[in-house]
Amino acid sequence: MRSKRTELFVGSFILLGILAFVYLAVQVSGLAFTDKKDTYQIVARFDDIGGLSNRAKVTIAGVTIGSVESITLDKELYMGLVTMNIDSDVNNIPTDSSIAILTSGLLGEKYLGLSIGADDEMLTDGGEIFDTQSALVLETLISQFLFKAGDSEK
Amino acid sequence: MKMVALLGGALLDWIESVGRAGIFLAQSIFRLPVRFKESINLLIKQLYSVGVLSLVIVVVSGAFIGMVLALQGYSILAKFGSEEAVGQLLALALLRELGPVVTALLFAGRAGSSLTAEIGLMKATEQLSSFEMMGVDPLRRVIAPRFIAGVICLPLLSLIFSTTGIIGGLVVSVNWLGVHDGAFWSLMQQSVYFDTDIVNGFIKAVCFSIAVTWIAVYQGYECVPTSEGIGKATTRTVVLGSLAILALDFVLTAAMFGDF
Repeated sequence: MRSKRTELFVGSFILLGILAFVYLAVQVSGLAFTDKKDTYQIVARFDDIGGLSNRAKVTIAGVTIGSVESITLDKELYMGLVTMNIDSDVNNIPTDSSIAILTSGLLGEKYLGLSIGADDEMLTDGGEIFDTQSALVLETLISQFLFKAGDSEK
Repeated sequence: MKMVALLGGALLDWIESVGRAGIFLAQSIFRLPVRFKESINLLIKQLYSVGVLSLVIVVVSGAFIGMVLALQGYSILAKFGSEEAVGQLLALALLRELGPVVTALLFAGRAGSSLTAEIGLMKATEQLSSFEMMGVDPLRRVIAPRFIAGVICLPLLSLIFSTTGIIGGLVVSVNWLGVHDGAFWSLMQQSVYFDTDIVNGFIKAVCFSIAVTWIAVYQGYECVPTSEGIGKATTRTVVLGSLAILALDFVLTAAMFGDF
């Protein structure tokens, strides 16, 4: 009889542990158990990626439609080559769209914002966005401002 | 010259004891009880005394640590107007560091010391030698189930600790301090990743569980079989166990999160 009670306690202890694991996975990390969404890859070259990191989100009108897969250096052009995975249900991005590196909030993380163009041709897997706008680097901004201020005094 | 010899001797002694502990661990694991039914019964008994009885202290301290973190985090984050980020702070701190480390420290104090004292007392009252007389391997019958129970329990306790900590922090920040609960959860889910945070925390807890339980059963088995010796061995378990946890934690953190 006593060993039955022990077994009951041990069983509920282990169940509690597993429940805690599931809770952490689902509620805290927001892990979804659905299959990985189908995606297609597009690339863009930036003069300065300025703190963009892997897994950063890609948005249209603020809605997340994909994420950054990898960031490498294009050795020939000396530009940052950003590869993105875009959800395949968003298959109507015109080829002349432009993409910019934006910051959420004052100190927030960097993300990519797509502005839609007007072309009839749509981007497909492996396509490239040519119209890119680099990250705003604070130092560059301040030095430009200082030069401008110096010019206007003359 | 004498100093050098003493130092060298101490080093050799230490290396020897590490080797003995290694052989001891290998022997007790690879000689599991032959009969399955019996071994399961022994294991369940140990799971009860090592795991279930440690549950209360882990749940209570988890809840309080989560609540304190939420209070402290809120008071600093509110200065920057980003008090919603308290959920993110809470979850990352608990899952990556506090969950595994504090649970392991509590476990060393609560379960490790009792394992050492129990095995030491068995040795002092010659129960271990009478097992041998009866032809039962004490490593197999006494040490193995305790070691395995410890390795199973600590990761589970660490998960429970993190969960109660997050719930405690949720109660303080959302219900008491008035943080918006949607922002609390969404910021948390945005910044916590299943593979880097939860799985790495779990791996940490598994490493700590092996280290702490190993130290505890070895100290009990190797203690001087007197009341003084048992006392010293119990102290050593807690001290060595805690130091091992903190040192291991640094190494594991550097390996897991060191690249950003």
